[in-house]
Amino acid sequence: MNPATLQQLIDFSYIAAVAGFILALKWLNSPASAMRGVVIAEIASAVAVVATLFDPQVVQYKWILIVLIIGAGVGIPLGLVKMTAVPQRTALSHAFGALSAALIGIAEYYVGTPNLSKFEMAEIGLEVVIGSLTFTGSIIAAGKLQEILRQRPIVYKGQNIVSLSTLAAAVTMIIVLMFHPGYTHLFGAMVGVALLFGVLLVMPIGGADMPTVISLLNSYAGFSAALLGFVLNSKVLVVAGALDGASGFILSVIMCKAMNRSFTNVLFGAFGQMQVATAKGTEERTVRSASAEDAAGILGSANKVIIAPGYGMAVAQAQHKVRELYDALTKRGVDVKFAIHPVAGRMPGHMNVLLAEADIPYDKLVEMDDVNGDFPQTDVALIIGANDVTNPAAREDQSSPIYGMPILDVDKARTVMVIKRSMGAGFAGIDNPLYYMDKTLMLFGDAKNFVGAIVKELAGEH
Amino acid sequence: MPADFISNLFVFVLAAFLGIELIKRVSPLLHTPLMSLTNALDAIVVIAAIIIAGRHETRISTILGLVAVGASFSNMVGGFLITDRMLSMFKTTKAKKS
Repeated sequence: MNPATLQQLIDFSYIAAVAGFILALKWLNSPASAMRGVVIAEIASAVAVVATLFDPQVVQYKWILIVLIIGAGVGIPLGLVKMTAVPQRTALSHAFGALSAALIGIAEYYVGTPNLSKFEMAEIGLEVVIGSLTFTGSIIAAGKLQEILRQRPIVYKGQNIVSLSTLAAAVTMIIVLMFHPGYTHLFGAMVGVALLFGVLLVMPIGGADMPTVISLLNSYAGFSAALLGFVLNSKVLVVAGALDGASGFILSVIMCKAMNRSFTNVLFGAFGQMQVATAKGTEERTVRSASAEDAAGILGSANKVIIAPGYGMAVAQAQHKVRELYDALTKRGVDVKFAIHPVAGRMPGHMNVLLAEADIPYDKLVEMDDVNGDFPQTDVALIIGANDVTNPAAREDQSSPIYGMPILDVDKARTVMVIKRSMGAGFAGIDNPLYYMDKTLMLFGDAKNFVGAIVKELAGEH
Repeated sequence: MPADFISNLFVFVLAAFLGIELIKRVSPLLHTPLMSLTNALDAIVVIAAIIIAGRHETRISTILGLVAVGASFSNMVGGFLITDRMLSMFKTTKAKKS
């Protein structure tokens, strides 16, 4: 085949791949067609990779094939992790994606230097900086999610100034490099500073803000790939990167709205630390606690139950016991639904995946806006491991730090039950008035054991 | 400003707007699989990595390219695999009964 025809064939396969990517995202609009979307995305990616192997620029194959096999060897176990580990796996894959984008940019620099135009140098510099900071930022996020690093925000005085000066230093270096692209040491220093900035950016961010951060990192990883497309003049990368970047961006916006916070507040606010002081000063109030037996009695005689799960359910690995509870109640004719807050858990959609894994049908998982109208007609709202997303202070108390955040209106149900380890405050360190209401029963204990005990009581009553 | 830049920018703007419209329509149920799927799509940078490594221009560019091939291909394989697994768990009440 002559080289021109071959190049055209390769280009056509890239166009087909891009069309496949777009269809895949379109079909993700409902769980029924989503699987079809993944299959077409897989085919599209395979076509693009195979076509690339035929590219005449590729002159050595041995190592590429070896590394592809190694990559698959690393990817398969990462694709088989437990659903509870999905947030850290996702952070790790942002890191890998950003790493490869950064490395390709660095390779382009070393091939092109010192004959890069100002424009090319600016593109490469920006691409490498974003890729590098996303790499280390995602590694830190994964470390926090895996609990290798502390989930609490790590803060110190003058933090924002230090972080922002680091970023400013990286940008300055790009500008100097534009005029002197041959300064390879400066380029190396720029990469180092960008890597450091990624660490500084994510270190101060606490666990409950992870849904936003993971989405932002997703967005950065996407945009670094798109920028790489500009550097290499590859439209497939531009499109794939733009789609990934747009997806991360939209998810970040949704997450921020669900917490009633701005991007800057998430990145520079260090939420958890800030609020602790405001939690003090409440007088002794009494709470009513109940046993598994009492809880089972009330749940068993209810008509309508809504369960509100949170990160605590994931930590306690209680989702399978929750499914047993769902089955036991459904068998008795109780209508059971799940109320899903957008930021419940550690990443967007976290609760849905955990509950789907536990075999709960997805038509029972209802988003906040759709479920909130149901609470007044609900006999029991059962809260498992969620706190701030159910705090009525967000609706009523203007002095509350979370005032304005949309919440699940669990307090409107006839009876509220809260499974909780102890009376400790939630992530934001804010007292939850829900616990002191007359209709609230506190069920103290480990979520998994307590739900298991309720299930046992329900079974024993027959 | 190079002509390539303009045409790439053109494509970027169109793709970003299309992406925003498509992703707004993705069911919130599927936000986790959405993220793992877009990660796998993003791993298409593997094709650039293959070319950088395969051109075999300098030792450093070849080594960096090869590491990038490994990192992005593992994302592609792992990302599709986990998206597949997650989506196969989403079933309706009716599907469960049958």
